[in-house]
Amino acid sequence: MKVKRLLKRNEFYVALIIVVLSLLIHAKSGQFFTANNLVDLARSLIVPGMMASGLFMVIASGNIDVSFPYTAMLCMFSITKLFQIMDYQGPVILGFILAAVIGALLGAVNGVLAAWLKLPTLIITLGTCTIYLGFTQGVLKSSVISVLPAPLADMANTNLFSVRSAATNLGSSMHISIFLLIATLLIVGFIMRYTMLGRGIYAVGGDPVAAERVGFNVKAITVFVFAFCGLVGGVTGLTQVTLSGMCQINFFDGYEMTIIAAVVLGGANIAGGSGSVFGTFLGVLLMKLISNNLILLGIPTEWSKLMTGVLIILGVCVSAYKMVSAERKVTSNILKAADGEEAAHE
Amino acid sequence: MSDILLEIKEVSKHFGGVTALDKVGLTIRKGEIHCLVGENGCGKSTLIKIISGFYKPDGGTICFDGQEYSSLDIKQSIQLGIQVIYQDMSIFPNLTVAENIAMNYELYNRRKLVNWKNVETIAKQALAHIGIDIPLHESVGSLSIADKQLIAIARSILYNSRLIIMDEPTSALTRREVDKLFKVIRQLQKEGISILFVSHKLDEVFEIADQFTVFRNGRLIVSKEAKNITNEQFVFYMTGRNIEEEYFTADHADVSSSLFRVENLCLKNGFENISFEIHPGEILGITGLLGSGRTELAKTLFGMYTADSGRIFIEEKEVKIKSPMDALKLKVAYVPEDRLTEGLFLTQSIENNMIISNIDRLRKKKGTVDFQRGNEDSKYWVKSLGIKLHELKDGIQTLSGGNQQKVVLGKWLETSPKVLILNGPTVGVDIGAKYDIHNYLRKLAEEKTMAILLISDDINEILMNCNRILIIKSGRITGEYKNTDLDSSRLQVLITEGEGAEAV
Repeated sequence: MKVKRLLKRNEFYVALIIVVLSLLIHAKSGQFFTANNLVDLARSLIVPGMMASGLFMVIASGNIDVSFPYTAMLCMFSITKLFQIMDYQGPVILGFILAAVIGALLGAVNGVLAAWLKLPTLIITLGTCTIYLGFTQGVLKSSVISVLPAPLADMANTNLFSVRSAATNLGSSMHISIFLLIATLLIVGFIMRYTMLGRGIYAVGGDPVAAERVGFNVKAITVFVFAFCGLVGGVTGLTQVTLSGMCQINFFDGYEMTIIAAVVLGGANIAGGSGSVFGTFLGVLLMKLISNNLILLGIPTEWSKLMTGVLIILGVCVSAYKMVSAERKVTSNILKAADGEEAAHE
Repeated sequence: MSDILLEIKEVSKHFGGVTALDKVGLTIRKGEIHCLVGENGCGKSTLIKIISGFYKPDGGTICFDGQEYSSLDIKQSIQLGIQVIYQDMSIFPNLTVAENIAMNYELYNRRKLVNWKNVETIAKQALAHIGIDIPLHESVGSLSIADKQLIAIARSILYNSRLIIMDEPTSALTRREVDKLFKVIRQLQKEGISILFVSHKLDEVFEIADQFTVFRNGRLIVSKEAKNITNEQFVFYMTGRNIEEEYFTADHADVSSSLFRVENLCLKNGFENISFEIHPGEILGITGLLGSGRTELAKTLFGMYTADSGRIFIEEKEVKIKSPMDALKLKVAYVPEDRLTEGLFLTQSIENNMIISNIDRLRKKKGTVDFQRGNEDSKYWVKSLGIKLHELKDGIQTLSGGNQQKVVLGKWLETSPKVLILNGPTVGVDIGAKYDIHNYLRKLAEEKTMAILLISDDINEILMNCNRILIIKSGRITGEYKNTDLDSSRLQVLITEGEGAEAV
């Protein structure tokens, strides 16, 4: 029974693909399971992994958000600029708190509009994301900041450990912000699985009218998911600064689409109501695996986008097929039970 | 201590200038199964919403277990032990059985965290309580409607319910599922829970109810014991008119010629070797249980599925129907089972829905649409089918189920079809409109130009309106009968017999 349930889960298949693909890459190149490659891979997961967890909540609630990369960008520039102007020398944590607050507020704007205007959230967030971009360019007048204020620069240079692979003599360092990814994953996972709020998010994604009838506060839940996604976006923006040691306006170009794709690849239904943060993480991992490591298979990097696209389509096909076949074999348990009773009487 | 649980006295409710309820009363005793019946728009739903606290009445009182209230609010109503199971059941297809059942309870107790062990225990208890075994980890979306209905019931008995209101719980169930549901309802009754059962199926009311109440146009018409009533009386109470249906006999049928013939039609996993013929002047009925292949057959004849083998003849000419486009060209019309998802464009006006099947014929020389003619055509059908509407430009959703169905019928008749296939044409249609539709079909049959195939699981509908009846079972036709040789109980037996044995 347990095995059967495992086989039903999307996560299982994504994990399977990841394992097969990594073994394949390693067999072909001998470089996949090397310390520096694994550290690089983990490092590349930090920003997209955090963003995807935040977005996953929005998608599970049956909404969509394309504004989070712009929230991240706005927070990244405004806080870096603020630190520069103030010549701030205190602990870096203040920056993250500020980023979280600004991000949550920007997200809450989306949420409030979504909950009360009842417009498609794609349109709402398309609107707000353009505003956030315009604000960054117009008001903050930002495109590049190459010298970071001290607290951020210090954090940028804080690594947990460094490794060097003997074969290639390439070195990589595990950045401290990996903890932020882990924390985000744990928090989202906990909310979604163990709180009534999380179950409410799934309920709203399944059927908002029914959710209202059983007593969920649908509006509050909508505002929460957008605010949380914004909060994670804000924190991620600052994380990216400490990872790359600078601010650049095009850091998150195209992120809205790749992150949505990763969440869907991880088994969340784009229409809401399903998925898990673990699946989402696997989705991100698979995307990164392809974009970073296909070159080890001898496939040129230009092909990675194509591969990713094919994978997404395949993933959607699989879940569509599962839905259709589930509809076909609707099981009527009460009839089975009734038959059983009749048989027992006979 | 009185045995009256709920007493509604002189309750009125107005929406704008419209009176939805006019000083109605309703009395429900403890442990009673009470049927509330009436045509669409009679005020049933409004009253339910007043009892559940969704609406505040404009006048009158609600007396629950000896306490008098001028109105209730939703929380109060739940606290009193009143539970409503809406027609759509309000359950979450994406969540598991266990979670669906336990959710109300957890929300009710204002839990912040989810204890999964607890969820499972609550769900297990609730299901055991009503004697049902459904795997707890199944996701609800993959279950049958009957199962969902039972999950909704299991969920509602968690708060020590006193009164459970079920809004047309049987409308999508098969006969055997209805039997099982009734068993559960009777068990709840034994525990002293009162049930308010909303329905407009006569036979069910007779079968399950102790007491029944009829509303018409927002007024209370009658309330009495269910056993002292005849079918004719009942219909009169509901519709206000004396409707007597007689067996349709097709005395003048022209047996020597054929309008529509099917020979050995097969569809894998659908049906096998289906053969029949429709003569001018006939209405042929096909009936069978859900899953017997009747819907697959209807869809195949309209080209939505392609038959694997077999031949189809229209007016003695062999035809191939491989898509709905083919069917349209051959003048085959199909009134579908579910008008909301298959028959209507819900966001469009009544008029646009009326002309859509004819859009090709309304084409002017320049390729634009002749809306003027479309408007005239629509008016014609509104009149001849007796569609009650405010304005043709109104949205189709403003119409009642019966009138919507007449629109679907009208748009197909406008194509002057040679073959008219009706699949469950009166599901969710109130009695008045139902008789209108039946009468119209009979008139059409007498014109002898159209082959009419009526597929339905409404036994009375088939029995009264089809001169010949085919029974379909597991994809095969198991018998052909003249309607005058049967009565409803005999037909019921013919449809279901052998089913239990096969299923085991």
